[in-house]
Amino acid sequence: MMAFLLRRLGLLIPTFLGVTLIAFALIHLIPGDPIMLMAGERGISAERHAQLLAAYGFDQPLWQQYLVYIGQVLRGNLGTSIISRQPVLHEFLTLFPATIELSLCAMLFAVAIGIPAGILAAVKRSTFFDHAAMGVSLTGYSMPIFWWALLLILLFSVNLGWTPVSGRISVMLWVEPVTGFMLLDTLLAGDSEAFVSALRHLILPAVVLGTIPLAVIARMTRSAMLEVIREDYIRVARAKGLSPLRVIYVHALRNALMPVVTVIGLQVGTLLAGAILTETIFAWPGVGKWLIDSIQRRDYPAVQGGILLVASIVMLVNLMVDVLYGLINPRIRHAH
Amino acid sequence: MAQRLKKILIGMALASLSAGPAYAAKTLVFCSEGSPEGFNPQLYTAGTTFDATSVPVFNRLLEFERGATTIVPGLAERWEVSPDGLQYTFHLRKGVKFHATAEFKPTRDFNADDVLFSFLRQLDKNHPFHKISGGSYEYFDSMSMPALIKRIEKIDDHTVRFDLNRPEAPMLANLAMDFASIQSAEYAEAMLKAGKPETIDLKPVGTGPFQLVAYQKDAVIRFKANPDYWGGKAKLDNLVFTITPDASVRYAKLKAGECHVMAYPNPADLEAMRKDSAISLLQKEGLNVGYLAFNVQKKPFDDVRVRRALNLAVNKAAIIEAVYQGAGKAAKNPIPPTIWSYNDAVKDYPYDPEAAKKLLAESSLKDGFEADLWAMPVQRPYNPNARRMAEMIQADWAKVGVKAKIVSYEWGEYLKRAKAAEHQTALFGWTGDNGDPDNFLAVLLGCDAVGGSNYAEWCDKPFDTLIQKAKVVAAVAERTKLYEQAQVVFKEQAPWITIAHSVTFQPVRKEVIDFRIDPFGKNNFYGVDLKQ
Repeated sequence: MMAFLLRRLGLLIPTFLGVTLIAFALIHLIPGDPIMLMAGERGISAERHAQLLAAYGFDQPLWQQYLVYIGQVLRGNLGTSIISRQPVLHEFLTLFPATIELSLCAMLFAVAIGIPAGILAAVKRSTFFDHAAMGVSLTGYSMPIFWWALLLILLFSVNLGWTPVSGRISVMLWVEPVTGFMLLDTLLAGDSEAFVSALRHLILPAVVLGTIPLAVIARMTRSAMLEVIREDYIRVARAKGLSPLRVIYVHALRNALMPVVTVIGLQVGTLLAGAILTETIFAWPGVGKWLIDSIQRRDYPAVQGGILLVASIVMLVNLMVDVLYGLINPRIRHAH
Repeated sequence: MAQRLKKILIGMALASLSAGPAYAAKTLVFCSEGSPEGFNPQLYTAGTTFDATSVPVFNRLLEFERGATTIVPGLAERWEVSPDGLQYTFHLRKGVKFHATAEFKPTRDFNADDVLFSFLRQLDKNHPFHKISGGSYEYFDSMSMPALIKRIEKIDDHTVRFDLNRPEAPMLANLAMDFASIQSAEYAEAMLKAGKPETIDLKPVGTGPFQLVAYQKDAVIRFKANPDYWGGKAKLDNLVFTITPDASVRYAKLKAGECHVMAYPNPADLEAMRKDSAISLLQKEGLNVGYLAFNVQKKPFDDVRVRRALNLAVNKAAIIEAVYQGAGKAAKNPIPPTIWSYNDAVKDYPYDPEAAKKLLAESSLKDGFEADLWAMPVQRPYNPNARRMAEMIQADWAKVGVKAKIVSYEWGEYLKRAKAAEHQTALFGWTGDNGDPDNFLAVLLGCDAVGGSNYAEWCDKPFDTLIQKAKVVAAVAERTKLYEQAQVVFKEQAPWITIAHSVTFQPVRKEVIDFRIDPFGKNNFYGVDLKQ
């Protein structure tokens, strides 16, 4: 197990370097010049333009800029945003709890509904429920996030008035940020009204962000379960006279869960990508919205640092999934 | 860990009980479109930043009257301009208090030192604050202040004199702009001593009607009314900006009563807003112009007949209907009608393709020609859909035999290439900074701006003489005459096709009292009230 872990950790290093290179190359490949964008229609003199490029180090050849950048990254310095003039890491850490809170709730929603729906669809294969569940999940998977979010806002927030339109908490309430997780902070402050408000603000964004993972998890659970329940040992379990519920939940599900756990791990990347759109629509102050703003303003240090941090998190989650996979399935562990 | 867990459990227990709302007083919620770049308006140029800084938190020596471009006294009660236009003396208001924060308690009232600090930081490269927070003062520089200001002198605690290198009639208007916001010298000194000078750019201390309470990045900005405001306490107790980037979501929040005023509505939503009984849709002609610039340095646009012909070939009414969806007014002058000296006697080129063909034939281009037509990739109030506009112009020009090829680049690249005069014709626009005609005519069409923001590359001696003369004359009546003549010359020479001035719309909930649309596009909540 240790050797397996070390090997996987070793693989992270080239991946990490690759990500820094891709993040750097991508933002510099997009045409546009942050200084010209800042100046806008007003324009800027050639002299001042050159001065500012030099001040930010953008006048150096790209390979040189990359080497300087990688040197700083290795020392733990992700640079300073050219717009807000704040350290990139500080900005990221301020906003990241909001993204985690939203992503966790979205994943919770996806797992809580996706797995039972997948199991039921497999058990009741080719029934109306199976077709309905798979049809709905396919629709969920294909639904553009933007459109889906606006539909839900119009129905639940504007017409029915059940949920707030956007934000993390009612603007009439104020809770001092401690952990950055609004639900926790409201609890720490002992403010019940704020807690309820934060919870209500989470519902729609979590549902929207969780829709695609839900569809994937439901479909994956169904197909994994279908494979497992055809196995001999399940037939044996049934023949032994075990209750159908015990056969499904104790014997079949544990084996069927392996591919599902992998998919859940992979969905973390999808979630973080989806968070970019969801956060913009719901005015959710997380890293997704911050990255979009930074790309639009060609804030090179913020985009590079943001991509790097998000990619590192996805890599770590995938590593954790690999380890978890080994724990769930001893065969994997032993094979390594 | 155990302690934290205990806290959480206590919190959960308390959560079952009810707690009161934090705000009971009059609170206005504004759905803004984006986050401020920072909290010092001297360092930035975006209206979104000004909405959250210079407008609520700071004052200037002179101010623009709310909802207008008229200059009124601000921190200067009165002022005198020397007959040669080179000296401006300001008499400062007494008893003006700066905001007190957790980190700073002012020990004195506003005085001349604060004015000197605010300007010298931007002007003097050796000033201890010049390089703090990036040290880039783009607005100050682009208004040519470093070249203009020779010296700023403190005559006494309540009198300051600006000496200029040359007469500049728009100087007073410049001093009412956001970059001229007055900061506290005492606060700056205290933060410098504490070893954290950049704090003054993050936690602003001003003299304005509202004081910043808290900012949660990309989420919310909270202000409270300044009880000691020299103009009288604001009618609102609290002002909250909820940052909502998507226009449809802003509208949904307005409908659901989650905000009282929203920024930048979608043109497609205007009809529904008009019909909504809970919403008042305010409107005002914007201080802007959308235009197509001919690069007069390139053939065949060096020929005035070609420029006039292409003016005659464009159906502006159709563009205003399709691109501005009715929220625009056809432009005939390079300045909008809301600016003084607008010459209404100027006749626009009518839509007349036959006359255009005739003119082209006269200019030996009767078989037509090919040209590039650049379309901006961004949406602006003065041009909500440049691509669509370019397509319509392309179709109109095709009718007179001119084959236009639509070209577009990423915005930064577009600006860079246009500045290098790579275009033949390009769509552009401008929103005024200070309500002075000079801010349109000299910035966009003056000889000094060729190679800069004069995208027509048009340097016309008679026109330039008129606007240069208007710069040094103090009397508004005389300046008006000069600008009126300049607009006649402009129309005859046709370096642009003036397309439209957009109409600004602002939806507010019915309970909002006396909100006025700002001609500069900013959102000012001082003087606004809420029905309770």
